[in-house]
Amino acid sequence: MSHGPSHAPQQPAPDGGPWTGRPVPRVEDDRLLRGNGRYVDDVALPGAAEAAFLRSPHAHARIRSVDVTAALAAPGVVAVWTGADVAHLPAMLNREELRTPPGLAELLDPYVAITPMPLLATDKVLYVGQPVAVVLAENRYLAEDALELVDVRYAPLPVLVDPDRALTEGAPLLHDDLRDNTAVAVATNVGDPDAAFASAHTVVSEEFQAHRYVASPIETRAVSAQVDPYSGELTVWSNTQTPHRVREATAHTLGLDPERVRVIATDVGGGFGQKGILYVEEMLVPYAARVLGRPVLWREDRNENLTASSHAREQIHRIELAADAEGHLLAVRDRITVNFGAYNMTGLVVPYNSVCHLLGPYRVPHVDIDVVGVLTNTTFATPYRGAGRPESVFAMERAMDRLAAELGLEPAELRARNLVGPDEMPYATGLVDRSGKPQSYDSGDFPELLRRAVAKADLEGVRARQREGGRDGRLVGIGFAMYIEATGLGPFETARIDIAPSGRVKLAIGAPSQGQGHRTSMAQIAADAIGVPFDAVDVVGGDTSATPFGVGTIASRALVNAGNATHRAGRLVREKIIEAAARRLGVPADGLDLREGVITAKDAEKPALTLAELAGRAPLPGTPEPTDGRHGTELSETVHFRPPGFAVSSGAHAAVVEVDEHTGETEILHYVAVHDAGVIVNPMIAEGQVTGGIAQGIGGALYEEMIYGPDGQPRTGTYMDYLVPTSSEIPDLDLDEIHTPSPMNDLGVKGLGEGGAIAPQAVLANAVEDALRPFGVVVRRGPLSPSRVRDLLRAAGRPTTAR
Amino acid sequence: MRRPERPGGSRLKPTPFDYSAPGSVGEVLALLADEEREAKVLAGGQSLIPMLSMRLARPGLLVDITRVPGLDRLYADASGALHIGAAVRQSRAADDPVVRDGWPLLAAAIRRIGHPQIRHRGTVCGSLAHHDPAAELPAAALALDARFVIAGPGGTRTVGAADFFVATFQTAVAPDELLTEVVLPPRAGDGWAFEELARRHGDFATVGVAVTLRRAPDRRTVAAARAVFCGAGPVPVRLPAVEEALTGTDAGAAALDAAASAALAGLMPADDVHATAAYRREAAAHLLVRACTLAWERCS
Repeated sequence: MSHGPSHAPQQPAPDGGPWTGRPVPRVEDDRLLRGNGRYVDDVALPGAAEAAFLRSPHAHARIRSVDVTAALAAPGVVAVWTGADVAHLPAMLNREELRTPPGLAELLDPYVAITPMPLLATDKVLYVGQPVAVVLAENRYLAEDALELVDVRYAPLPVLVDPDRALTEGAPLLHDDLRDNTAVAVATNVGDPDAAFASAHTVVSEEFQAHRYVASPIETRAVSAQVDPYSGELTVWSNTQTPHRVREATAHTLGLDPERVRVIATDVGGGFGQKGILYVEEMLVPYAARVLGRPVLWREDRNENLTASSHAREQIHRIELAADAEGHLLAVRDRITVNFGAYNMTGLVVPYNSVCHLLGPYRVPHVDIDVVGVLTNTTFATPYRGAGRPESVFAMERAMDRLAAELGLEPAELRARNLVGPDEMPYATGLVDRSGKPQSYDSGDFPELLRRAVAKADLEGVRARQREGGRDGRLVGIGFAMYIEATGLGPFETARIDIAPSGRVKLAIGAPSQGQGHRTSMAQIAADAIGVPFDAVDVVGGDTSATPFGVGTIASRALVNAGNATHRAGRLVREKIIEAAARRLGVPADGLDLREGVITAKDAEKPALTLAELAGRAPLPGTPEPTDGRHGTELSETVHFRPPGFAVSSGAHAAVVEVDEHTGETEILHYVAVHDAGVIVNPMIAEGQVTGGIAQGIGGALYEEMIYGPDGQPRTGTYMDYLVPTSSEIPDLDLDEIHTPSPMNDLGVKGLGEGGAIAPQAVLANAVEDALRPFGVVVRRGPLSPSRVRDLLRAAGRPTTAR
Repeated sequence: MRRPERPGGSRLKPTPFDYSAPGSVGEVLALLADEEREAKVLAGGQSLIPMLSMRLARPGLLVDITRVPGLDRLYADASGALHIGAAVRQSRAADDPVVRDGWPLLAAAIRRIGHPQIRHRGTVCGSLAHHDPAAELPAAALALDARFVIAGPGGTRTVGAADFFVATFQTAVAPDELLTEVVLPPRAGDGWAFEELARRHGDFATVGVAVTLRRAPDRRTVAAARAVFCGAGPVPVRLPAVEEALTGTDAGAAALDAAASAALAGLMPADDVHATAAYRREAAAHLLVRACTLAWERCS
């Protein structure tokens, strides 16, 4: 699908060079492609009961009564619970995400409303899809049959879908204990924006809307749980991105010691943020397993995933840019409204990401941004690949194109004039970052990104084609968009390395994989750090019993955090190995080297000791070396890596499109992405991550939208109506990359899981608008369906289109 | 056959139903007469099975007709008419040389349906009897003057295409009847085209049109025109004004403009999440011009 950067098809044959930087084939793939993956649903739990959830058909209603009598009597039903039955359990909160970092609290004093979500609705339902009752039965069919027999009487309440309306005086309240429907609010500014606007040569004011769409992982959510009758331990299999948080929350909900709860995330078919938060189903399944004394399984169906798993992206930006006559930005003002849906699940995460990524790679002396998150009767919205950045980039990059049009400048030239230069790094924006520290771009070369994108997309050539005019109503356009992404969010990640008696390396990390290939990339890092062959490393991720601490795989953080934890643990273990070998051989440690699992004396010709000989034969074969507990000789290390600040990735995308004036169809002729994620550990995995991100971005730009009617009913609840692009819709991608190593970590790496998804909506909207420039069309929202493009053309006076 | 009993063993969750695979049309009809169980015919299952899984359809009995001898027949009879039996899969019909030579419009319409996997299971008659008005086959059947052979308790009757499609998901086939075959008269020499717009490759048409044109003996004028739109109303839509605007003309720019104007004026499609009614009207008019141009070139 991609024409990637030209990494030669190197075989990962050790030539003495590092494993990092090689496109090592993913060790995961053989197993996964043969159908030997182990997803939650593949974990055999004999005798498991299956759960099915009764979900609210109303967007906003009081529950007058729930009668489960008939459901309880249905065949195969084990239990039926309503809100009242589980009201003694604490309501659910994503505590970590709702916590405001101290620096941010001090400097900006943001408002964060806390809206605990009952495990099952008790007095009110707030969105279509909210769990109202759960049936546990011998199988899912019987559970579904019984669900139909649960009799719930609702008294409908006025429905709020539009966030602007939800903020108006006298709007109905979603949460009776709150003063209004505000979920979060924060404002920030730099310099004197009012004066800058007052004195500007040109000001553009626009309203742009990022529309709601969803992650659509190929594997829907699933959770199963079992109490081990032998150990009494509660084991939870969940396809979560954050197993340690699920462990803490499950223990809290069930009143257990966290050490008695083990959460395992085995293979996971995509997360994209949707599996990075806690859900009530995830709490109720382990609870049921304990109460019923038998294993319990729940797997979400696609309709549930589309309507009741978290949504994302819906924001309104009322944005203004002030510039001088040459197009230098003087100030940016943005009033951002974020539709949170019915519960405040993740606090400032998305809104504040939008704030501190709005300026992107541009130098902006005066800034005035405020953001408000609004509660509405729609499914709650949480981070999804990009998490607030695609929305801000859409607004900023669209505004840049409007400014370029206003000034009569080539949009790429306007961008070039405003980029922060590589010589200005580290660059302080004047804003506060998400962790509460002064925001700093640690590294990057934004002008080079843009130069490459302009050259690869052949800006000159496209302009020449445009001057020739469109043929048969087919109009060519080109668009650019740039972004920065603060990656490697803390607070920490854990890596534990053990050298087994066989000499194999066991690496356990706190961050699970949802397809990112950690078993490969982390093994490359460990192999280099220790000095062992790549295939001598076994990686375990996503098992809380393997690492007592951990955070998870969210926020483009795994490589930065778990990667550097692995690197440090590996270096420490390497030192221990060499010291142990020195003791064994009776030579000084500084005379020894460890490469490819073999310890050699630097001045000797032949191998002195293999790692297996060292680890497994001391002093008698198959016995451990005696230790007294104080002078540990075990070849193990645990490192909790805490990043000192964000590693800032960046990128420039360009697209050349052809828009059919008659049909409104947009064809992507050429898609260019130039990205910088610092040092690349595995170029093949990196290319896959960027490609997948762009595909999801193109989905949002052209196809996907979660639409609500004014009654709060989702109108795109199946894949008949919610259109995820397939491989037929994604063009070949023209990828390129530069590498400015991050000074924020030993490896110099930056995160890249989200980057690809950040720019496509902006770049395609810019390209479509460029194509339709002869008609004066302004694109203010997506997705750019043929119908919406024709709406724009019709509004611009191009009504008849027959020929 | 009842639902599987294995816990956790299946992915679909329809309401309980019985399944029967009878060996004759008579047995099929006897089973369909079972009103208590609300029997439903199962052929390729490409629409029915998802509806069962979402519990949108809740039949008590599925009558699988794919094992009834004779229903899988696909042939041209002595008069040159094409017979497509109720169990004939779409891919088989589209790949059959007789169909491709004699009814290329039908083959083209089928190739627009979903993906190969769907066409390998889906049947021609199943799509017609299901009657999603955005589907390709109902429009093609109306454009090709199909006749529908329906077996029921009172014997067999034949219904013309104009009377077959009643409303969205509704046809002339009663619950106790079976569409046993569709018959297409020979249309040798007609120019044809099937044009559609779909959001993604393989999706139902946002809007589409099937066109047939016949040249007059003078070879310069249109002797007969047929244009049928899908995705433009609750049934496949034929507009007399469109066909009149083309008939007797040279199929040139003025005629095409007139036909397009007639389509713009006459079509009354609906809004949905994929497109506005205004879009569908405009796009249909554009597709009509495209299709007529192609069809005129293809006239022999």
